[in-house]
Amino acid sequence: MELTTVWFALIAVLWVGYFTLEGFDFGVGMLLPVLARDDTERRVMINTIGPVWDGNEVWLLVAGGATFAAFPEWYATLFSGFYLPLLLILVALIVRGLAFEYRHKRDDVAWRARWDLAIVVGSAVPAVLWGVAFGNILRGVPIDADKEYVGGFFNLLNPYALLGGVTTLLLFLTHGAMFIALKTDGPIRHRARALATRLGLGAAVAAVAFLGWTQLDTGTTASAVAFVGAAVALLAGVAAATSGREGWGFLGTFVAIALGVAGLFLALFPDVMPTSLADGTTLTTTNAAATAYTLRIMTVVAVVFTPVVLVYQGWTYWVFRKRISTHHIPASTDPGRTPTTPTAPAGSATP
Amino acid sequence: MDPTDIARWQFAIITVYHFLFVPITIGLTAIIAGYQTAWLRTRNPHWLRLVRFLGKLFLINFAIGVVTGIVQEFQFGMNWSDYSRFVGDIFGAPLAVEGLLAFFLESTFLGLWIFGWERLPEKVHLACIWLVHLGTVFSAYFILAANSWMQHPVGFAYNPDTGRAEMNDFAAVLLNKVQLVTFPHVLLSAYMTAAAFVVGVAFWNMRRHRDGTDDHRMYRSAVRTGALLVLVAGLGVAVTGDLQGKVMTEVQPMKMAAAEGLYETEAPASFSLFQLGTLDGSKETFAIKVPDLLSFLATGDPKAEVQGIDDLRAEYEETYGQDPGEKYYSAGDYTPVIPLTYWSFRLMIGLGLLAAAGAGVILWSTRRRARRAPGRRVLAIAVALPLLPLLANSFGWIFTEAGRQPWAVFGLMTTDLAVSPGVSAFEVIASLTVLTLLYGGLAVVEVRLLLTYIGRGADPMPEPPDDAAGSSDKPLAFAY
Ligand code: HDD
Ligand code: HEM
Ligand code: HEM
Repeated sequence: MELTTVWFALIAVLWVGYFTLEGFDFGVGMLLPVLARDDTERRVMINTIGPVWDGNEVWLLVAGGATFAAFPEWYATLFSGFYLPLLLILVALIVRGLAFEYRHKRDDVAWRARWDLAIVVGSAVPAVLWGVAFGNILRGVPIDADKEYVGGFFNLLNPYALLGGVTTLLLFLTHGAMFIALKTDGPIRHRARALATRLGLGAAVAAVAFLGWTQLDTGTTASAVAFVGAAVALLAGVAAATSGREGWGFLGTFVAIALGVAGLFLALFPDVMPTSLADGTTLTTTNAAATAYTLRIMTVVAVVFTPVVLVYQGWTYWVFRKRISTHHIPASTDPGRTPTTPTAPAGSATP
Repeated sequence: MDPTDIARWQFAIITVYHFLFVPITIGLTAIIAGYQTAWLRTRNPHWLRLVRFLGKLFLINFAIGVVTGIVQEFQFGMNWSDYSRFVGDIFGAPLAVEGLLAFFLESTFLGLWIFGWERLPEKVHLACIWLVHLGTVFSAYFILAANSWMQHPVGFAYNPDTGRAEMNDFAAVLLNKVQLVTFPHVLLSAYMTAAAFVVGVAFWNMRRHRDGTDDHRMYRSAVRTGALLVLVAGLGVAVTGDLQGKVMTEVQPMKMAAAEGLYETEAPASFSLFQLGTLDGSKETFAIKVPDLLSFLATGDPKAEVQGIDDLRAEYEETYGQDPGEKYYSAGDYTPVIPLTYWSFRLMIGLGLLAAAGAGVILWSTRRRARRAPGRRVLAIAVALPLLPLLANSFGWIFTEAGRQPWAVFGLMTTDLAVSPGVSAFEVIASLTVLTLLYGGLAVVEVRLLLTYIGRGADPMPEPPDDAAGSSDKPLAFAY
């Protein structure tokens, strides 16, 4: 296989990693006001993703860095072209990341409400915009002969891409609900399970429409197989969750997202960013790529270190495999205030 | 203002801001890991309490470091797309390696450290924080390799067919001679900064406990280990900074001339502590000069010649200005903004020296045989101490980056040609405004939070785990 193809595949893998992992923590963030009834339950939800959300986000950073190294032209055109949506995503990721860390640091209702809002909005904005961005990449955008994007902002808001945004939004919501059902105990677990099945059906409708449209436009046999697999996995996951098997339910949405993203990349290949202009330049895995030397070096690095990363990230999920419920949440950590949340059982260690 | 200037302002603001949190993260992970090691070795509860106390402050800081780092990763493509096309083959590689090697390590093991209290075996838990530190060091190494390449491009060839710089020697990029002096300098300055932070925090709390109490002893040990580290790291910073100056004179002689505002070539050249005169230093009216010092800084030989700006400008024009055929040069004036380089260089060194002196005073006044408890004046020094290396860091970067101008990649690509051609002035202004306002607001929030938690002091020793409940079923010690 050509090294450029290898790198296209690797970048697809990085995006699969990003969407399957951060997908559920986006979902958890968005569902905060829906599933939790009080502050302790909100903290239960946040603590299910606490140890892992930053590691999940690094998949995005590495996808960006790998694109820069392996396909500099793609990185340059994409990031300068989709400027304002990316700015929105950045702002969202900033406030969301800080909110996880800061919301419990003061025992003040208004303070917490504000950070909760940051979590909800900061999760929803990227959940929609990544779908819109991928829709536009697949559909083709105005790229001139110099490989510059010349489309402006409103060009990015077309029905197909917006459908992509709705699809990722619903998929991540379902994925998040499945995760909460899997990782918590008590009433919130049951609420999450019930919600996951309802959201899952909505996500299935959107996904079938979006992936079907993609298949008709640019699909190949391989992408068709992936898309069908994604739909089956999603429905199987919903069915499993309905009958109380939350592990299988989460696996279902996980596989559905993975296959959906894989199918999109298969439908894109060998282009990386097609142009919609007659006299424009379509960026492909060959004309956007770095030199063979750089790709060789990067391949060695990736082959050696990706398995290591997978092992220790996998280990984290193993360490924190236990369900969390309200009694795991310590009393308020706010300096100088009496706790307003239920206190932990006696003999517990609260910092 | 044209989009290039706005993009430059944006890069400067965003990156300097990011780098306020980075040195504290790099250094504090090492200090916390050191204290936690001391706890396992000695079982002295002081160390554990300090670890938990500093750990919370660290997390408040780390959160901003992480979220502002995300912007860094994307802004090359957003604002500097022609730069990215031109150098992606080389510059992208260390960035990608940084993500894979460093960011995964940092974020994953930090998650394990925060949530792994009393869930992981003690030694494994200790290893986690050391691995976080290792991640920050990797991160610094690779990003600095990328930056050093811009200062002194090596290991590549220009390919006229593709119109870009292409890598042919990755080892040369990673072992760039600029990198070999920059990395230790930055790493040590990070230790210095974080240590000064610990001194300030611990001193403030020490003063609130009577001498002889347990808490007083605990904070005192943090004050003294911190101050010692400030001195040792500060010494290292000075030594490596001196080496950096020599390499810099070799690869970018204009930057050294700009550091002094030296227009005419001199042998030997003196170093002015400060000068008054025209803003660009072309006519000085009053200056305090140390004879021969500039010659020594630049070459190691107090009598050696140092080239002046005027000669260098002529030389650069001959080398680079004659060739407007190259797509990536724009002919012009090869002089950086002199007042900026002149003052930022002095502020970096001066604030660093002040910090070391302050640490010395604190060590002296907290010695065991001191006749009096340290007074208000020492308190003022201790409270100001963290700010000195922090600002020195920023000025050091401002010097390095502004002194490289007008080049984005020295000798290869000028900054005005590096910017994204397709991005409109509106877009850049929008992002500059949004990010600056957001960052400003976050700074207020973070400083207030830090002050609250510093004021609260270290918690008492946690009660031993209640084994009856089973170790994994207890409340999370460090929950969100
Ligand atoms: C605590 C912070 C700190 C302190 C006290 C110093 N520096 Fe520094 N210096 C930095 C923090 C820093 C930095 C922010 O980390 C820089 C910016 C880029 C870099 O490589 O390191 C830097 C850059 C930098 C450069 C520019 C390198 C280049 O552009 O190629 C030189 C020549 C020196 N330093 C020299 C010194 C000397 C001689 C010092 C004291 C005796 C000194 N620095 C103290
Ligand atoms: C190590 C990674 C870094 C890289 C790759 C890098 C690269 C760049 C680039 C591409 C620019 C814009 C183009 C230009 O003006 O030349 C720039 C400018 C600048 N950077 Fe850096 N930088 C790095 C680190 C830093 C840090 C840590 C700081 C400060 C704390 C800093 C301070 C600045 C400043 C002040 C400018 C504006 C200079 C001017 O335009 O006059 N940089 N840098
Ligand atoms: C312009 C160049 C830079 C880029 C692209 C960049 C990128 C990033 C990113 C994406 C993160 C967040 C990682 C995470 O989510 O865990 C980050 C954090 C970090 N960066 Fe930077 N960075 C730059 C400048 C620097 C420099 C010059 C250094 C060191 C000398 C540095 C050292 C670190 C460290 C230690 C962290 C982790 C801790 C923290 O965020 O406080 N960075 N950086």
